Amino acid sequence: MSSIVNGAGKVVDFVDQRITASNWLKRNIRKVFPDHWSFLLGEIALFSFIMILLSGVFLTLWFKPSMAHIAYEGAYLPMRDVGMSEAYATTLELSFEVRGGLLMRQVHHWGALIFLAAMSAHMLRVFFTGAFRKPREINWLIGVTLLVLGVAAGFTGYSLPDDLLSGTGLRIIEGGMLAIPIIGTYASSFLFGGEYPGDDIIARLYPMHILLIPGLILALVTAHLMILWYQKHTHWGGPGKTNHNVAGAPFYPIYVAKAGGFQFIVMGVIVLLAATIQINPVWLWGPYDPSVVSAGTQPDWYVGFLDGALRVMPAWEFYVFDHPVSLSVLIPAILLPGIILTPLALYPWLEQKATGDTREHHLLDRPRNVPVRTGIGVAFIVFYVLLWIAGGNDFFATILEIPVNWITWFIRIGIFVLPPLAFIATKRICLGLQRRDRDKVMHGRETGIVMVSPDGEFSELHAPLTQSQAYELTWHERQLPSDPGPATDANGIPNPNYRSKRVQARLSRFYFGDVVQKPTVEELEAAHHNGHGSDSAHRDELPSGQQ
Amino acid sequence: MSTHNENPSGDEHAIVPHGDHSLAPADPIADPGLHHDEPRLTDVEPKAERRAERQVAGMFALASLLTVAFIVFYVVVGIHPDDPHDGVDVGDVQVSNLTLGLTLGLALFLVGAGAVQWARSLMTSPEVVHERHELRSDDETRAATLNDFETGTEETGFGRRKLIRNSLLGALALLPLPAVILLRDLGPNTGGTPAQRKEHTIWAEGVRVLTDVTFMPIRAADLEIGQLVNAMPATFEELPEHGPERINERAKSPVMLVRMLPEDLHIAEGRENWGVDGILAYSKICTHVGCPISLYEQTTHHMLCPCHQSTFDLSDNGKVIFGPAARSLPQLPIAVDSEGYLVAQSDFTEPVGPSYWERTR
Repeated sequence: MSSIVNGAGKVVDFVDQRITASNWLKRNIRKVFPDHWSFLLGEIALFSFIMILLSGVFLTLWFKPSMAHIAYEGAYLPMRDVGMSEAYATTLELSFEVRGGLLMRQVHHWGALIFLAAMSAHMLRVFFTGAFRKPREINWLIGVTLLVLGVAAGFTGYSLPDDLLSGTGLRIIEGGMLAIPIIGTYASSFLFGGEYPGDDIIARLYPMHILLIPGLILALVTAHLMILWYQKHTHWGGPGKTNHNVAGAPFYPIYVAKAGGFQFIVMGVIVLLAATIQINPVWLWGPYDPSVVSAGTQPDWYVGFLDGALRVMPAWEFYVFDHPVSLSVLIPAILLPGIILTPLALYPWLEQKATGDTREHHLLDRPRNVPVRTGIGVAFIVFYVLLWIAGGNDFFATILEIPVNWITWFIRIGIFVLPPLAFIATKRICLGLQRRDRDKVMHGRETGIVMVSPDGEFSELHAPLTQSQAYELTWHERQLPSDPGPATDANGIPNPNYRSKRVQARLSRFYFGDVVQKPTVEELEAAHHNGHGSDSAHRDELPSGQQ
Repeated sequence: MSTHNENPSGDEHAIVPHGDHSLAPADPIADPGLHHDEPRLTDVEPKAERRAERQVAGMFALASLLTVAFIVFYVVVGIHPDDPHDGVDVGDVQVSNLTLGLTLGLALFLVGAGAVQWARSLMTSPEVVHERHELRSDDETRAATLNDFETGTEETGFGRRKLIRNSLLGALALLPLPAVILLRDLGPNTGGTPAQRKEHTIWAEGVRVLTDVTFMPIRAADLEIGQLVNAMPATFEELPEHGPERINERAKSPVMLVRMLPEDLHIAEGRENWGVDGILAYSKICTHVGCPISLYEQTTHHMLCPCHQSTFDLSDNGKVIFGPAARSLPQLPIAVDSEGYLVAQSDFTEPVGPSYWERTR
């Protein structure tokens, strides 16, 4: 043991004498990391990204990003003498002639699916708990950028093996580019080096996929983590846990052991998936042939919503000075990502506008306590999932045994109707949960013990909460809609800022007008002194000794 | 576990809420303060502690064994055939994949699980509370920083020396141009504009229609009513094996030949003699975003694109009847040559594939 300490001590001594490391280490080695399961989602994203980098480097040792046409001479007999690109041939080589090559290919692909899923879940966690609020807006923007880069990394990688599915994906990209007015054909021609598909595209996607995009992701992940480190992690409120402190385990050793261990767990799970569940067996699809496609083609899950939008869009096309403008492609393929990403990126500022709140927030919100934000989030999820279902409309038609056109029409209408309904339902559910919390604080929890009074009245006993339990339900901030103030001052002079203040007050009422407030001190006292209070008829309270 | 406040200093910078939230009523329940976790079984029970220690060490030991097993499987489970003329056995590859993956995956998992179990049950760190401090710098520092910046700007004279400033901005604005210009040769320099290249395929007058799989010429009598055949132009065979031309034409020229009962057809004006005995030829490239169309429903003459479900009626000039495609499938006029084989009368009369800006109605 002492030799380890000596070793570590020597290293610290060496570094300290050169870059004053002890000063920084002293402040950070016991840095606090709060614990909650939802904080692990971002870690899964980070750890799966590391797994993707490691397996990706392995794959580059064999893969040749070349569309040169060759006759296959490798070990996979069904493809012998078939004409194909070198990219596809080396993908087969990796699968069949390199021990562990298939495993690493599947690790890489599973890792990518998990990377994007974990990033998405992490973003939803941050959204629903309000962790994007000041001072964390920069990290929110970095996160949105990382998600876009993740999709770009995934899609460029999906295109590289030059199998039938990857080529079909590229063809759809080409169709989308052609729909861009004025420059569409030029954009496509520059990307593909002439006509589609040409023999340049894979060599061009390769440096994007293995250098540019992962480099950007790595740089942004570093910035993301440095900011997180500097700002300290958010935490949930509770006894002793406030907006002014952070409580949890020290970085060294607890967090190092837990997060370091979790890194291996995530890597282990990805490898186990790669070992047991086959993913994208490109040798079955065959080399890319632009004149062939199989039924039931599906992109990777994270592109599904875009493909779904392409499927359900009506066939709208109009002419500007005799030039076609194909809205049926332009809207879903080119405009939709912007329509989704812009409000997503700007959301912290939109909400700040509504709340007028410019303070720092380090306590997370329970989703129920901000019903409107939670409603917006669920409406977005419904919107996204509908498009995602649309992306598999043929699949769902087969399962449900109904015409695919019905599903398309259901989505076309549902995309406008269901998200608002989801918003309203979610908001109502949140308000109901808030009301239950309030009841619990005021009247205690339901015990399930039913009492019959001498005159035959049935009632349920309520047990009061402990102070800690009650505090768990009331630590959140009271959120009141803001008041625009009078339109004119005492002398009848109009307030020049009244208009903008009124807009802000309306937004604020939209957010907080219906919130069920936690009880005030007076309300709580009244409830405790009068078990049969006005809004609590027929409730008895269990003496605290009996619970 | 006890609670250590390891960083109690600096309360003067602690975050103070501001804004009109001070008008809100007071909180009903006072903060009871951090409650301390009960000691773990491993903290009080030496037996439990030893058991946890054995568990952790056991997981690490098992991980070592599995890593060794990985190496063994790598050597033992071969995938390379003894004779290179023999192909690989896909079953061998799958056994190799499974054994390597299970051993490596479990080894990784156990190292991780052991570390987490160690931290949870044996490490003795107390819960730590640190104060947070408002992130903005104090007013004095902010003023000094701003002052430094202004001083620097003043020293350059950036505001006063407009000639230097404007000539610099002009030079910097131009410098990205070479980066853009350098990308020009990503696209070809010959063969007209990208749109012009889209207007033609290798179909032409008299070019024979060959079946796609066997590249044999087709007689009208070879096709039965209701039958659909994928076809390519005979000129495709002459394209060089290497280079992009062949695959580009593969993406543009494929057609579907379909034979229907002549009385089922609703032929548009001007297309009366584009078919042969109820045999019509349509482009296989979807007018939505260019997938090759492939699902034919014989009884209704409907052709469905498997990518986005655009549906075309082949008995009605390839008209769109459902889905996101906005224009009909282009039809290739065909005839019969002197030997009785199907040939094209000309190239397509309109560009095949998706809409683009330069194409006309």
